[in-house]
Amino acid sequence: MGEARTVTMELSHHVELRVTLMTDMVTQRMTLPVRPHIVPRDRPVRSPDELAGHPAKISVSHLNFFYGEKRALADVSLEIPQHCVTALIGPSGCGKSTFLRCLNRMNDMIEDTRVEGDVLLDGNDILGPRVDVVELRKRVGMVFQKSNPFPKSVFENVAYGPRVAGIRQKAVLFEIVEKSLTRAALWDEVKDRLDDSALQLSGGQQQRLCIARALATNPDVLLMDEPASALDPASTSRIEDLIFELRDRYTIVIVTHNMQQAARVSDRTAFFYQGELIEAGSTNELFTNPTRKQTEDYITGRFG
Amino acid sequence: MAHVEPQTRHRRRALLSQTFALLCLAATALCVLILIVLLLEVLWQGLPRLNPRFLMGSMSRFPEKAGILPSLVSSLWLIGLTTLFSVPIGVGSALYLEEYAGPSRWRHLVQLNIANLAGVPSIVYGILGLGLFVRTFALQRSILAGALTLSLVVLPIVILAAQEALRAVPDSIRRASYALGATRWQTVWYQVLPAATPGIMTGVILAISRALGEAAPLVALGAATFITFVPVSPLDEFSALPVVIFDWSSRPQTDFHQVAAAGIVVLLTVLILLNATAVYVRYHYGKRIRW
Repeated sequence: MGEARTVTMELSHHVELRVTLMTDMVTQRMTLPVRPHIVPRDRPVRSPDELAGHPAKISVSHLNFFYGEKRALADVSLEIPQHCVTALIGPSGCGKSTFLRCLNRMNDMIEDTRVEGDVLLDGNDILGPRVDVVELRKRVGMVFQKSNPFPKSVFENVAYGPRVAGIRQKAVLFEIVEKSLTRAALWDEVKDRLDDSALQLSGGQQQRLCIARALATNPDVLLMDEPASALDPASTSRIEDLIFELRDRYTIVIVTHNMQQAARVSDRTAFFYQGELIEAGSTNELFTNPTRKQTEDYITGRFG
Repeated sequence: MAHVEPQTRHRRRALLSQTFALLCLAATALCVLILIVLLLEVLWQGLPRLNPRFLMGSMSRFPEKAGILPSLVSSLWLIGLTTLFSVPIGVGSALYLEEYAGPSRWRHLVQLNIANLAGVPSIVYGILGLGLFVRTFALQRSILAGALTLSLVVLPIVILAAQEALRAVPDSIRRASYALGATRWQTVWYQVLPAATPGIMTGVILAISRALGEAAPLVALGAATFITFVPVSPLDEFSALPVVIFDWSSRPQTDFHQVAAAGIVVLLTVLILLNATAVYVRYHYGKRIRW
């Protein structure tokens, strides 16, 4: 019971409300006023006005990216607002994952690549040669398409980030692990299995563990590369709930092939096609009233 | 040709399939049979001689007084020191080649050479050891010189096995580590190396077993076939189990052939103990690593 309360307190305002609602439905005693805009989407989307109030966390301007001679990103400029979920959509090979990896410089690890343009995180350049990549990756966490827990215990998985950052005290580590797992909505399921191998968890749990692991370094930004594409619908829905809960604390950028998912979880959506950013805007706008023909064709399923 | 009944065709296929399975079974059975015959032969000849006096005794020119202790201890010294030299150097090289060196022509050349070195006959290493360690470094015919030579023999095996084990660690593990702000050193030390340990262990045990069974390089080096004292320091003269077994079995007296068989039993026992340790260590580490 105590655990359940902690969870509720940790979660955002909207979720607290939803939990209460569900309880009420079960007991059928009273009705809370349901805000109308919750109904169609199940979660409130941020209106364009609201979005305008969020300063840009990351601003990308004139970004070009090359794999050898092949240009994968062509002159992409995009502002990513703070504490919002930005979805990147587009057909396979359109450059959305490449774009995502530019934001924490994971592309550095790929041989024979070149990047041009500016990426500013809180106004500071992150592409320059003198940028501390290790420090950058602590601030910009990443969750991969296929869950990739380390072949170690659940605890060690989450504690790894803080450990490599130099935290040694067991008590501090434990606190971080508990907080991160709680935020990733996994604590209740694994609190008695912290010493078990992470690879014994289910697929959905493993992916949430990877999210918890990314949260443990206390990042500002969370990059997610198709985080739910390998999961069953129930696990996908849990991940989506989680993304929604996390957006008040973190700036989230999510790559997805699933347009319904983009529509469900994001505040802003950017559509990529053949390395170019075709259109970006508030999710509602982009899905109901796209300005470009290619966007419309893609979201209506005519290609891609 | 007339239409073949489907049933006939089916039967023919089943027959072919069974015949092939039977042939494979026969091949396996033949191998096992040869092994069993060899073992029985050795045990039948050697077991009667396998008494405390043989195990604790020293060399002798009389078969009934011959003992194995000096060469057993020599062999243990040899494989101990060989492990000490070859594992850090071998695993280090593998780590450099797999985790640090970029793909270059130079790397390719080194890789090719290591693969070739693994196939060089061990007697060649023996002659190299004789020139390098025994003469140039003036180590004389010591255990140290023998262990260094055996290290040369097994290094390519250790390197190749460790490389294989490192390559088997999925890249997603490295990416996950880097994405959490780990440096390359941290990624290698805390994630890649532990994940590769069971595989590396297998290679190491294989290499040690090889070192234990090698006679040729040690003979080339000038290992004694007849020592009457138990070596107590790495600079002592030495013999080795395969060297004395070779010596005993090449003597004309049939009694010495029985002594050789008893020596083989001792050698095999040491080998099996080594492998059992390896299996245990592998299991112990492997328990926590499941992809």
